[in-house]
Amino acid sequence: MNTTDTAIAEKPKLFDCRDAYAQTLEAMAAEDPRVCVVVNDSVSSTKMKSFQTRFPERFVNVGIAEQNMVGVGAGLANGGMTPYVCGASCFLTARAMEQVKVDLGYSKWNVKLCGMSSGMAYGELGPTHHSIEDLAWTRIIPNLTVIVPADPAETAWAMRYSLQYEGPMFLRMSRMPVREVHGADQQFALGKAPVLRQGNDVTLMANGVMVSRALDAAKLLEAEGVSARVLNMSSMKPMDAEAVLDAARTTRGIVTAEEALAAGGLGGAVAELLALHHPAPMRILGVPDVFAPTGSAEFLLEHFGLTAQGIRAAALDLLGAKR
Amino acid sequence: MQSQRSTDLGATDNPSDLKLLVESLRHRSNVIRLSAMMMTNHSSLGHTGGDLSSSDILTTLYMSGLLEVDPVNPAWPQRDRFIMSKGHCSGAFYSTLAARGFFPREMLGTFMDPLSKLNGHPDRNKLPGVEANTGPLGHGLPIGVGCALAARMRGESWRTFVLTGDGELQEGSNWEAAMTAQHYGLDNLIVIVDRNRIQQGDFTENTIRMDPLPARWEAFGFAVKEIDGHDHEALLEVLSKVPLQPGKPTCLIANTVKGKGVSFAENKPAWHHGVPTKDQLVQAAQELGVSPEEMEGMGVAR
Repeated sequence: MNTTDTAIAEKPKLFDCRDAYAQTLEAMAAEDPRVCVVVNDSVSSTKMKSFQTRFPERFVNVGIAEQNMVGVGAGLANGGMTPYVCGASCFLTARAMEQVKVDLGYSKWNVKLCGMSSGMAYGELGPTHHSIEDLAWTRIIPNLTVIVPADPAETAWAMRYSLQYEGPMFLRMSRMPVREVHGADQQFALGKAPVLRQGNDVTLMANGVMVSRALDAAKLLEAEGVSARVLNMSSMKPMDAEAVLDAARTTRGIVTAEEALAAGGLGGAVAELLALHHPAPMRILGVPDVFAPTGSAEFLLEHFGLTAQGIRAAALDLLGAKR
Repeated sequence: MQSQRSTDLGATDNPSDLKLLVESLRHRSNVIRLSAMMMTNHSSLGHTGGDLSSSDILTTLYMSGLLEVDPVNPAWPQRDRFIMSKGHCSGAFYSTLAARGFFPREMLGTFMDPLSKLNGHPDRNKLPGVEANTGPLGHGLPIGVGCALAARMRGESWRTFVLTGDGELQEGSNWEAAMTAQHYGLDNLIVIVDRNRIQQGDFTENTIRMDPLPARWEAFGFAVKEIDGHDHEALLEVLSKVPLQPGKPTCLIANTVKGKGVSFAENKPAWHHGVPTKDQLVQAAQELGVSPEEMEGMGVAR
């Protein structure tokens, strides 16, 4: 973290969203006998030890076999269960992509995919374990709802919502510590982007671990006389088209930031919408068309400018280009 | 509401009843064979070879009462699940579902037409009686394992049957699923392999050797039995006695002939997706013992 970012941070409490995910899932299983879990050996990285101990008869470990894992999820749904299929996002999506397409999206089975440790959370392990393609891959599959929660409260909401929702869903979970970005009274809804900060000059749109960084960027911009709106684009699909188009109409441009490839993800989705309905200046922040190097997640975010400073610079560049 | 699940519907102790049932199944299988060929002729697309090799298995399951399903209430939660993992053999599968009453025979005449509910490969959201969207190979068995696990979690007695091809078993996902089935001791899961020894391009053993197939399944923890996949009596006998062994998933290797029952198609790799001509349909009907009147009633234009 650089000095400016440090100055902004008031040492907030940090959370691993997997805790909210695991606790909520366990609570839901206690209330609803249909809730069950499928994992691919990844009991500890999905934080499912407690669930396994408490509900052993509703816990299936298929071993290291992701194609089978997603198919088993579809079968459990056929049999009337509501399976949560949990594994490292890099393997869950890439290894089982045809099963995600056919067994879930096309078949519309009521299966919830929980892609853990997504993005560059496994930074040091190298590109094999980075999951920066998953947003592009999942959002283009018809019928598949995609949510990228930003903090513990939103993670808990997304889990609860997924149980009410009938249909396949991909929940993209990070393991990077994040601070709370929502107020206690924040209401969540699928397809609705929480407005975390009002602003008139530029709109910053982010999801997951990038949301707090977008908020920090807005503070930096405020100090420079730039009023930045901040939207949490956690609902990747369906996207809040109304909020995006309103941002295009009422501010001078949009900066998107995601812990993913810059192509095909949040920036791509926003750009597609704007191109058809209200073209507006954009900057798309993400990983360019490269495999990321090795380093901690924080290092890699810094490396690719996925920081408050990076978002601030992109916003100023966008506004300057219009001056 | 559906009545209590019955048992041994397909089995009978009366030898003359059994003879009648077997004769009936044999003829109905041949009607399904011809129906599938007429559908393939209609759309100029289809998989004749596998349709013909799997017809006796499908008929035995659906027409004897062994498979407990309810066409009036296809989503009946206690139904047995049948997953047609070799989804490309949709001609035989759709013909069987229509014959069992899941949808009108006339729909068979729309096979692969624009906007038809009868895709080349089955879609559960379009057709009642389809449990899983299959077509890409190696999807059915993992789904079947999930079904069997669900029945166990819910403490329910329904069973899951999965029909796979033999070439299909070259997909690794089947063996991932087999490991799960044996680890969890899923004796409510029955895999039937349509062992016709031919895949799209060539004989399986010339492509990627599948033998010794029974030993492979045994090594993966299944109780295995080889049967003649065209012998209805043998199929009835073994299917009324599954699981073969308590605590183990069952694998029935049904030795079949690709293109079975029609001389010009039998055991010829080219008939994997060969399309019969009108003249060939007439010849096939004669060889299968299907009358012109029956052909008229199939719901597919000649």
